[in-house]
Amino acid sequence: MSTAAISVEHLHVSYNGVEAIRDVSFDLGTGNLVGIIGPNGAGKSTLLKAMLHLIPRDRGEISFLGQSIKALRKQIAYVPQRSEIDWNFPITVLDTVLLGTYPTLGWFRRPGKRQRERAYSCLEQVGMADFQNRQIGELSGGQQQRVFLARALAQQPELFFLDEPFVGVDLTSEQTIIAILKEQQANGKTVVVVHHDLSKANDYFNKLLLINRELVSFGEVQDVFRPEIMSQAYRGEFSFMRELGVSI
Amino acid sequence: MEFIHAVLNYGFMQKALITAVMVGMICGVIGCFIILRGMALMGDAISHAVLPGVAISYMLGINFFIGAVITGVLTAIGIGFVSQNSRIKHDVSIGIMFTFAFAIGIILITMMKSSTDLYHILFGNVLAVRPSEMWFTLIIGVIVVGCIYLFYKELLISTFDATMSAAYGLPVRFIHYLLMTLLTMVTVASLQTVGIILVVAMLITPAATAYLLTDRLWVMLYLSALFGMLAAVGGLYFSYVYNLASGATIVVTSTVMFFLVFVFSPKQGMLMKSIRKRQQRERVRGQALNQ
Repeated sequence: MSTAAISVEHLHVSYNGVEAIRDVSFDLGTGNLVGIIGPNGAGKSTLLKAMLHLIPRDRGEISFLGQSIKALRKQIAYVPQRSEIDWNFPITVLDTVLLGTYPTLGWFRRPGKRQRERAYSCLEQVGMADFQNRQIGELSGGQQQRVFLARALAQQPELFFLDEPFVGVDLTSEQTIIAILKEQQANGKTVVVVHHDLSKANDYFNKLLLINRELVSFGEVQDVFRPEIMSQAYRGEFSFMRELGVSI
Repeated sequence: MEFIHAVLNYGFMQKALITAVMVGMICGVIGCFIILRGMALMGDAISHAVLPGVAISYMLGINFFIGAVITGVLTAIGIGFVSQNSRIKHDVSIGIMFTFAFAIGIILITMMKSSTDLYHILFGNVLAVRPSEMWFTLIIGVIVVGCIYLFYKELLISTFDATMSAAYGLPVRFIHYLLMTLLTMVTVASLQTVGIILVVAMLITPAATAYLLTDRLWVMLYLSALFGMLAAVGGLYFSYVYNLASGATIVVTSTVMFFLVFVFSPKQGMLMKSIRKRQQRERVRGQALNQ
C-alpha cells in the first residue's frame, strides 16, 4: 500500500534516552477517521508530533499519500492542545481562522479578500460567525476549539491532525466538531485525533489505534474496542475504569 | 519654550531628537513580538550581552556593531544550548549566560582604562550623538521595520501558534534567530539613547502599554511604536531641561504612560474593571430583591 494516506514504519522516539515510542508501524488508507487512544503517558501526543516531524525521532520512516512530509506539509492541518495556546494573544476570531490560509499563500503574500471570505465561510460552518470580531480569549473552551477547527478547514488540507480536541469542551461543541470531522472523512479526507475519553471512542471513530509506548492494536473500531484487547493497553487502570461506568 | 528653541537651533538637539524617536519606534515595534513570545527576559539578556562585543570592537578598531551582533547572537545560542541540554530551565539559563557576558564586557572595558565610555554605554548619552551614529540608527531602523513588514505574516503565526507553523513547514527556528538578530541590532542602536541597562524598558514598556489597549496585533505594533516615540520626545525634554541622564528620563516617561493606561484603559484598565465588577454585583443584588 504505497498510496496509504499515512504510512509509518518502525517509528522510535525517546526523550533524553528514555523510550517514549517503541517500534510503531501502521498503514492508514484515505477517508478514515482514526482515534489514537491509550492510557495517560502512553505517548499519544508524542506519536502525533513525531509523525509530523515536530519532535526528533530515533528511527522510522513516515510518508503521507506516498510522499515525504516535506512535499506535503501544506496539506497537513494541525490543531494543538488547548493548553499550548496563549489565549490572551491580541487576535480576533476571524483573524485566527485566517491563519489557516497562510500555508497556501507562501512567503510575503498577504491574505486578501478571497482568503477572508474563505475564513468567514469556515467560521459559519462551525457556527461561530457571530463571534468573528471577538478576541479569542473571550470565548468558552468549546467555542475556541470550534474556531481552531475552522482554521484547519480554511487550510483545505488532505490530512487533519487534532491533539485532544475535546478537553474542556462542552457537549454541543463536541457534537459539532465530530459531525464536521465525519463530513471531512466522507469527502475522502483523513482525520487523526488523539483522544483520551474511552466512553465515546466507538461512536466517533471508524478506526482505532491503541498504544501504550508500543502499538497494541490497530484496526476497525469493533476489532480494537474489545475488553481483551483494551486491557492489554490499560492493564491495572482498566478494571477501575470499568467500575467508573465506562462501558465496552 | 527653551526646549523647542534648542531643537530648532542646535544641530546636536536635532540629531538627538531624531535618533531618540527612531529608537523609540523600533524598540516599540520589536518589543511587541518580544513580549508576546514571553521573551522579556531574553530582551534583557541580549541587551547586556552586547557589551563584550562592543568592547572587543573598540579594541580592534572595527565598527562596534559587528562585535555586538556577534556576542549578542552567540549568547542567544548559548542560552538555548544550556537549557536544551540539561534540566536547567530557560530563565535560569538566561540568567547564567547574560550575566557572564556582561561581566566579561565590564572586565574588558576596565582593561581599556576609559571609564567614561563604560558610563555612556551603560546609561546612554543621546545629546552626544554623532551624525554617523544617527545615520547608523536610521539604517538599522529601516532594516528592522522592513523585516517586520516583510515577515509580518510569518511572525504573527509563529508567535501565536509555533506548533501549527512548524506542522505546515514554516522554519520556526530560522524566524526565532531572525528575531534575535533584529533584537540585537535594535539594542545596539539604543546604546547611545538609553544605554544597555535600560534598553529592556524601551523594548517592554511601550509594547505592554499597547497590549492593554487593543486586541489586534497590527494596532498593537502602531500603538507601541507611538508610545516609544512619545517616550523619546518626553524623555529628551526632561533630560535637556533638567540636565538628567536621557536614558533614565525616557524610561520614566514611558513608565508613566504605562501606568496611565494600566488604570484608564477602556477594556483592560483597573478603573473600568472595578466599575464593571460593581455594576454586575448591583445588578445581581437588584434581581435578588425583585424576586
